[in-house]
This record gives sequence, C-alpha cells and structure tokens, in this order.
Amino acid sequence: MTAQTEPTQAPDLLYSEAEEDLRAAVRSLLADRADAPTVIAGTESDTPYDAQLWKALAADIGAAGLLVPEKLGGQGATHREAAVVVEELGRSVAPAPYLTSSVVATETLLALGAQDGPVGGLLAELAAGRKVAVLAVPFSAAASDTPVVTGSLEGTLGPVADAAAADVLLVPTTDGLYAVAADAPGVAVQPLVPLDLTRPLATVTLTGAAGTRLADAGATRPAVDRGLLAGAGLLASEQLGLAEWCLTETVRHTRERHQFNRPVGSFQSLKHRMAQLWLEVVSARAAARNAADALATSSPDAPLAVAVAQAYCSKVAVHAAEECVQLHGGIGMTWEHPAHLYLKRAKADANAFGTAGRHRETVAALMELPAP
Amino acid sequence: MTAPDAAELRRLTRELLAAHPPATTDPTDFLKARFDAGLAWVHYPAGLGGLDAPRSLQPVVDAELAAANAPDNDPRRIGIGLGMAAPTILGFGTDEQKQRFLRPLWVGEEVWCQLFSEPGAGSDLAALGTRAVRDGEDWVVDGQKVWTSSAHVARWAILIARTDPDVPKHRGISYFICDMTDPGVEVRPLRQITGEAEFNEVFLTGVRIPDSRRLGAVGEGWKVAQTTLMNERVSIGGSRIPREGGMIGPIARTWRERPELRTHDLHQRLLTLWVEAEVARLAGERLRQQLVAGQPGPEGSGMKLAFARLNQEISGLEVELLGDDGLLYSDWTMRRPDHVDFTGRDAGYRYLRSKGNSIEGGTSEVLLNIVAERVLGLPAEPRNDKDVAWKDLSR
Repeated sequence: MTAQTEPTQAPDLLYSEAEEDLRAAVRSLLADRADAPTVIAGTESDTPYDAQLWKALAADIGAAGLLVPEKLGGQGATHREAAVVVEELGRSVAPAPYLTSSVVATETLLALGAQDGPVGGLLAELAAGRKVAVLAVPFSAAASDTPVVTGSLEGTLGPVADAAAADVLLVPTTDGLYAVAADAPGVAVQPLVPLDLTRPLATVTLTGAAGTRLADAGATRPAVDRGLLAGAGLLASEQLGLAEWCLTETVRHTRERHQFNRPVGSFQSLKHRMAQLWLEVVSARAAARNAADALATSSPDAPLAVAVAQAYCSKVAVHAAEECVQLHGGIGMTWEHPAHLYLKRAKADANAFGTAGRHRETVAALMELPAP
Repeated sequence: MTAPDAAELRRLTRELLAAHPPATTDPTDFLKARFDAGLAWVHYPAGLGGLDAPRSLQPVVDAELAAANAPDNDPRRIGIGLGMAAPTILGFGTDEQKQRFLRPLWVGEEVWCQLFSEPGAGSDLAALGTRAVRDGEDWVVDGQKVWTSSAHVARWAILIARTDPDVPKHRGISYFICDMTDPGVEVRPLRQITGEAEFNEVFLTGVRIPDSRRLGAVGEGWKVAQTTLMNERVSIGGSRIPREGGMIGPIARTWRERPELRTHDLHQRLLTLWVEAEVARLAGERLRQQLVAGQPGPEGSGMKLAFARLNQEISGLEVELLGDDGLLYSDWTMRRPDHVDFTGRDAGYRYLRSKGNSIEGGTSEVLLNIVAERVLGLPAEPRNDKDVAWKDLSR
C-alpha cells in the first residue's frame, strides 16, 4: 500500500488576469444589488432570491455557464473561474442558487457525458440562466454517501438547499437519475426555517411524481459524486470570501472604534487575533485555489485537494465569523449589523457537503493514515 | 556592457568548467575562479563576483555547475556571511571593504557571524547596550552579545554597538566589522535546551576596531541593520516543497509503520495537523509562485509563524505517539553541530529544537505585531521609548 502520490506538475495557485476581471464584474454587481441592508431585508421577505440579481449574474455576466462547454451554450471555462464567482458570493452572502445549480447540478449533468438529448437540453437552459436545477440530496451530503430514493420517485428528501428556487430537481434513485419539474404533480417543496438565512432550505416530498430519466443506476452514482466533489471543492472558495469579509470588516471596525481613549485595534490582544486570522485566510486561499485548480484540470489529486480544502476552510470561515462577532462587541450581536449573516452562513457551510471531520477521514484513506 | 542573458551565462559557465575541470581542480581554487568569472552571484556587480545580471538567472549557472559536479561553497556553513553580511557590505561598504571582504566570504575561506542580540536586547534590539567609544582612529568596544551562531569558527563579525547614549535608542547606533581574532573577543559555547551548543555568547572587552571598518555613517547603524535583517527573513522561492516534506514526514511514516501505537485520539490530532501542514505547504507554494510571477505579496511574513507553530505541535504529538520510546532521548552530550538541523535526529530533539522556531529571527509575538501593523494597518500600541535618550531608558 502506498499513499497517494503528488502530481509532478505544480498546481497554479494564482489568479489570472481574466479571473480578476470576472471578479471585478461580479463584485461590482453585488455591491450594486446586494449590499448588507438589502440582503438582511430580503431574508425576511417572501422572496429570498433577487430575480434581477440572478439574471444579471447568471445570464448577463454569463456566470451560470462557466462550467458548460461552448457548444452547449456555456462559456467553456473551468472551476477556477467558477471559484472566483463563488468567492465573491461568499464575500457578500447574497442568496443566489449558484453553488447548487451552476456548480453541483451542472457538474452532475456534465459528468453524465451526454452532449444531446434531455441532458444537453437542460445544460443549455442552466448555462443560459433560464432555469435553475438542484440536486435533491441533503445539503450535508458528501460525495459517496449519496442517499437515493426508490425507483418509483417516492420519498422525502432534505434539507435540500435552494430547492425553493429550482425549476428542476435532479433526483438520484435506485433506478437512475431523474429530472423532475419542481411544479409537477406529486412534488411538494416545503420551505424550512434555516440557520443560515441567506441559503434557503426545503424538504422535497415526492409522491408518485413523474420525471425524465437522465441516466441509469450505474452512471448515477459517479455523476452525483462528481457533482458533490465539485460542490465541496468550490465551497472552500465561498468560505474564503466569507472569511476575508469578516477579517476586513473587523479590522475596519477596530481601527475606528475608540475605548480607553485609543482605537481598540491598537491593543495587542486584539491585533494578535486579527493577525492570526489573516494567516488563516492566506492559508485558506492557497487551499481553495488548489482545490479549484485540481477540479479544473481533472487532476487525480482532486479528491485529496478537495478534502484538504474542506477540512481546513470550514474551520477558518467559522473562526473568522466568530472573531468578527466578538471583536465587534455589542454591535456584532445585533440584527442590524450583518455579522450575524456571516456567522450563520459560516456555521451552516461547515455542515455542507460533509463536515471537516468527514473530509479528514477521506484524507486518512487517500494518504494511508488509517484509524486504529 | 549590457547584462548577459541566459545563453551567455551558460556559455560563460561552460568556459569556466573547461578552463578549471572540477575533477582535477582544487575546490577552493575552482570557487575563486568562479567568483572571478562573475558567476558566484550573477546579480552582484562585475568585479565583485557578479555580472550585473538579473538575480533570476542564477539557477541557469547553478544547474550547469551541478550537472558538471562542480564543488559548491557549502552555503549552510557560511549562511550568515552570504545572507546577511554580504548584502550589507554591498549596500553600505566602501570600495575597499567590498574588495577586501566579499571574495573570501563567498569562497568560504572566511566565515562570518552576527553580533546583534544581547542579553538585555532581544525583541527590542535597538535598546542594545554594547558601547563603542572613539579613541583616535579606533573605536573601543565593550559589551556582551548572545545567540551568535558560528562565532567559534568565524573570522569576522558584523556588529552593532552604541556610539551615542545621549540620543534616542534608534539614533545612537553604529555598524562595524569586528575581527573575531582580536584578543578582546572571547567566545563561549551557549549550551541550549537540546543539550548541544549551536550558538555562542561573545564577550567584547576593550576590542579595538579601526574606523575604516565602520559600515555606513556614525549613528546610522540601525538603518544599516535593517538591510541585514530584511535579508534574514526566510527566503522561500527556491524549489517546491514536496508533500510530507517537513516535520509531518517522520510522524506520518511512524504512523504507517507502527500500527500498535495508533489510538483514536492520536488519529484525529494527526489528521488535523496533517491537513494544516499540507495547507501551509500550499501557502508556501503559492508565495513561491507569486515571487516567480513578480507579484510578491505580504504573505511571506506569515509563513514563519505558521511553520513555527506546526513544527512545535507536530513534534509534540510525535513524542506522545511514540509512547515508551517517547520517554527516551538520543543523547544529551554537549556537542557543537556544524549546522542547524530542525528535522533531524529523534522526536524528542525535534520537539525541543522547534521551541526555538517561535523565538529565533523574530518571536511569533513580534511577528504578529508586524502583520497587524504593516499588513492589516492596525494602529501601533502607544510607546514611551521613542523620544527618550537611550541612557534614560528603564532597564
């Protein structure tokens, strides 16, 4: 037995100029349409998603089609570019079904390898931003523990992230992968009260629903695993963007906030905590870029790169958000200040696509570091 | 003359190898010839071991020489000279000083050490109290320095000493080159936590240094020392670190080879540290790629912090994992190792030696301040030492 060997080609851990341009476009859009008061107000409204924001992001910027080949109407880009979009969405915690639809559902469909037929048609719709699809599995599911319902499309699934925004549910069953219209008879999408207000969750109940079979049982498992692997890998970029926002805002606040006749950010006990956080964010960036690059290049190292990124970045995002609340003092505990949105997103993200502990188990298996 | 490109450097290197075949040339003679050909450090000026070429072309020369089995100057033995003394002499030395010191320094004929830290001036180095008093054409130096590696084999030292106690601490320091063979220089081994002595204490009693061996202006020593200290920062940028390349390697191998030691608690802690070590490696790799792309970021300031903590935690876990074997230590005999070895010997040694990683070259606490103030822009703590004459500081 030998542990997974390292690829000879070093991963590209930097951002290209095109990636920085894409970041600037997404960031500018989010600054216009999803500032903190807007996001907070949205979470308490009947429409948690901003349809105009989604159209601008998905269709006008073309972010929804980044992973989809050009001949299917996509941008023919890679996970590296999609990771930059996810990073900016994490920085703003705006509700948008990007990670669920444009990454996980899209990657699952792409992994089926079909260029035409219903799969190709659905991919074109997703790439153009005309439709939203989500994989009907619990948001906590990691690759390889995909639960499946029976072949007759019967059962209750959840909590499914962004199901309320979905036009199409991708349902893995014992009989294969089905595309089920969210408004079809026999489909009930029941919203839940989520810990993370900015990523709506729902229970999906199927009672003899009809759907289109996209893949047989044998092809379903690897495709769903690949979708969840991409989701976990790019979630690290969301956690990075989120953590960086928390650090930036905490530094800003502690420079401005005066107590004891000095900025509180001049106290060493606080400075050291922020410097430590900076180091974690710098490290998270390397881990997240490594995962995105490994997915983009279909590296055999991708499962390890994703597991390492998730095992690390989940903790960093939660730590950054917790420090953000604490170092903001009283204002950080209010509903008015956005810190709580970041704490809730960070804490929920840590359970998404498998916990850090779950990903450490994957590291143990891949690196031949077995449990007793 | 324009600076040579890679092809020209390759040609010059082959010319050197043809004129001085490594197999039949005395190693020191070869190194002298390499220096005189300008192939020692190509970014240095012509006549001082270089050719005014871009620093990034040095690997071209090194690769040619390595392929020909040419001798090197054992950089680990002369690291202080190469990394700290040489850039300072180049930046602040007179022409005579550059001509006199750089060639034997690079060739390795003369080893250098650094007389900076004192028992009373560690993190607050600018508070140092070693005095240099002018006496005719000489300076007379009295004081004590500490944590001096290579002092027992060094021919020369870079030294900072107080020349004016009546001005604030940063302004009364001057920078000298000290002859370690002067009778007033006494070197004593400083036995450390591991049982051996990598470092020394150096006692300076009436040491006479001619004014011609001053570097930079009188009172400007702190500014000159910044050049030295900037070059002390760990230079990442060489080669890619392999996975499990650092302190995590030995413990991972032990885990695989000795299943009888495994417990669930140790497993969880090992995996957490394995992930953190892999991420630190990737962060170092990202920094390396930034440097290669010509976009150096502030990330470098953080890498030493990360590796110090990881080295300590990993080696601590390794001692615990080893159980009965963790109760033993290889050898407490007082020795003088030739060079520092962070990952060598046994787990107990690694555990003890890595305690220094968060102290040497800037404590982790000071580095966190530097990150907070210079990278994040957080305000400095209020200070009461900036406008006070050195002689009036509390000590």
